Amino acid sequence: MIYVFDASLTGLLTAIFECFERKNGTVTLIAEKYHQPDAFNESLYVYSDEQKAERVWLALQKKLSPIGLRKFYCGYLSEIPEAYNHLFQYSIYIFKNSFGAENNYGNAHVTALSKYAKSVEREKHRMEAFIRFQQTADGIFYAGIDPDFNVLPLISNHFKNRYADQRWIIYDLKRGYGLHYDLNKVEEMTLSFSAETNKAKPVLAAMDEKEALYSILWKDYFKSTNIPARKNTKLHVQHVPKRYWKYLTEKQ
Amino acid sequence: MFDRIREKLNVLADAAKYDVSCSSSGGTRKNDNKGLGDSHSSGICHTYTEDGRCVSLLKILLTNHCIYDCAFCVSRKSNDVKRAAFTVDEVVELTMNFYRRNYIEGLFLSSGIFKNADFTMERLLLVVKKLRLEQRYNGYIHLKTIPGASDELIKEAGLYADRMSINLEMPTEAGLKLLAPEKSHADVIKPLSFVQQHIVQFAEDKKLIKHIPKFVPAGQSTQMVVGATSESDKDVMYMASAFYKNFALKRVYYSGYVPISHDTRMPVIGTQPPLLRENRLYQTDWLMRFYGFKIQEILNDANPNLDIDIDPKLSWAIRNMQHFPVDVNKAEYAMILRIPGIGVTSAKKIVQARKFGRLRIDQLKKIGVAYNRAKHFIICADSPYQIKDYQGTQIKAFILAESPSKYLKTDSNQLILF
Repeated sequence: MIYVFDASLTGLLTAIFECFERKNGTVTLIAEKYHQPDAFNESLYVYSDEQKAERVWLALQKKLSPIGLRKFYCGYLSEIPEAYNHLFQYSIYIFKNSFGAENNYGNAHVTALSKYAKSVEREKHRMEAFIRFQQTADGIFYAGIDPDFNVLPLISNHFKNRYADQRWIIYDLKRGYGLHYDLNKVEEMTLSFSAETNKAKPVLAAMDEKEALYSILWKDYFKSTNIPARKNTKLHVQHVPKRYWKYLTEKQ
Repeated sequence: MFDRIREKLNVLADAAKYDVSCSSSGGTRKNDNKGLGDSHSSGICHTYTEDGRCVSLLKILLTNHCIYDCAFCVSRKSNDVKRAAFTVDEVVELTMNFYRRNYIEGLFLSSGIFKNADFTMERLLLVVKKLRLEQRYNGYIHLKTIPGASDELIKEAGLYADRMSINLEMPTEAGLKLLAPEKSHADVIKPLSFVQQHIVQFAEDKKLIKHIPKFVPAGQSTQMVVGATSESDKDVMYMASAFYKNFALKRVYYSGYVPISHDTRMPVIGTQPPLLRENRLYQTDWLMRFYGFKIQEILNDANPNLDIDIDPKLSWAIRNMQHFPVDVNKAEYAMILRIPGIGVTSAKKIVQARKFGRLRIDQLKKIGVAYNRAKHFIICADSPYQIKDYQGTQIKAFILAESPSKYLKTDSNQLILF
């Protein structure tokens, strides 16, 4: 039996509900966009249902430690096609066993989830490290990113606490939404770019006059603090993989 | 004006770069005044230099004018280098603007000694006070304690800084006397223990009174230069161990000496810095702090130096084969932690997972154990039956054969035979 869902968190939780409700035996969960109908397996489309999802979420909270719950959420944010089924099987395993089953690292779904969560947390941490704000002419600090995973919900609080006295926007160019902080609260927002804008690095004309100055000082600092006698390019690239260089002022 | 700042930044960042500490961890300062900055308990490395070191703080000297003439230091009085000095406002502006753009996690402020210790310490204090009080800056501040500064100044600085540090420079007193006759380890120990006493004192008071200011919440650290004089690894690590114990240091840094002068007492310019040795010292440091090893187990009179071709944990295991193989399904956590190929995370996962059933090889691999290394030292549910008992030296040969050290490929001291 295959369950097909809309790749939303609500959909995922509803699928878990349906599985226990309908008792279909062995079920595999797959997101709609990756689903290829085949002749040998029956499939069921799961319609997202807020109430069912809410019940499952509350039940998960009772069955998992806060760390376990966070891992579950991170696993969902990974958006990896196989992760959905692992999350689904993991939840079934958790519900069928007593509290603490999340620590059974001998279980394939527990280790898989642990791996996804680690990747997502690493990407979150990298965004906290590698985002570079540019001050625009109207005083907003802007950063465009395209992270491997959907980490905006995870980094929101970090930036809100840290940059409490400046307005900022962090925009996920890949997923087409961003966070905007207006000195009071963080809100989700969408921007409409004209075709010719360079979204990641907007033109200098739109920037504050001091922006170019500080980016030059930062590049200088990056050069001066390096010790050429200890050059180790392999280690450098290991810490700052090349796909992140586009964010980094000092690597332009 | 702008060019002048650029030049100063280049000179003073260049002079500060030999201080390796760049950690921003352990800060507990919260952004509770709607200002700028909030600490991150594990710290954040915002970028890495081309030598692979983390850049988390804006690491600069206030000035590189110095009255001392320490042979190992690039800012020594007799060295013919460009000198510069920042004003207090310049440092504050730079820090705030770099922080606002998420370039840095905070400021690391050090200084050459100009005029005298108190005069220098006062200037450093002015910078941190201005940042904290006028700019409402809550980011990380790592401040150098200037040896010989008065107690009042050091105490006041401790109220604004997150971490304070003061460098031992040379691992042995004899080495220090050779290269910096004006300095002694006692000059370092006095302020280190002064700050430590106050950290303890503030923590005690905190138990009684709720609202007490923070005092050096991220603790203290120090640094030793290795490879400038002829100390053994045992000298270095015993010194480090004693400082961890006596002053509850958060970190001891080991900095492989990068030749910067033609002084005949030290390695000449062009000599490769001892990067591999530095790496082994850090590994030993980690074994001491996170793996429950006593330093005497790793380094002693029989083994005064660390093995270069294998890491110290493997080296210990090979010298102590009587403890192995360890049954990962039965052994206690402390012993699992000592198995080569198993780190802290895997060890914890093993202890959790084995409650649910005996662990097999495939499960260990999924947990993250470096099985090819660990297999010589463990027994698990489906370990292959082994008739032959291998000697430590044989195991070492097996491991080296399948995983040659990443350093040996580029080791310049190694002659190529064929």
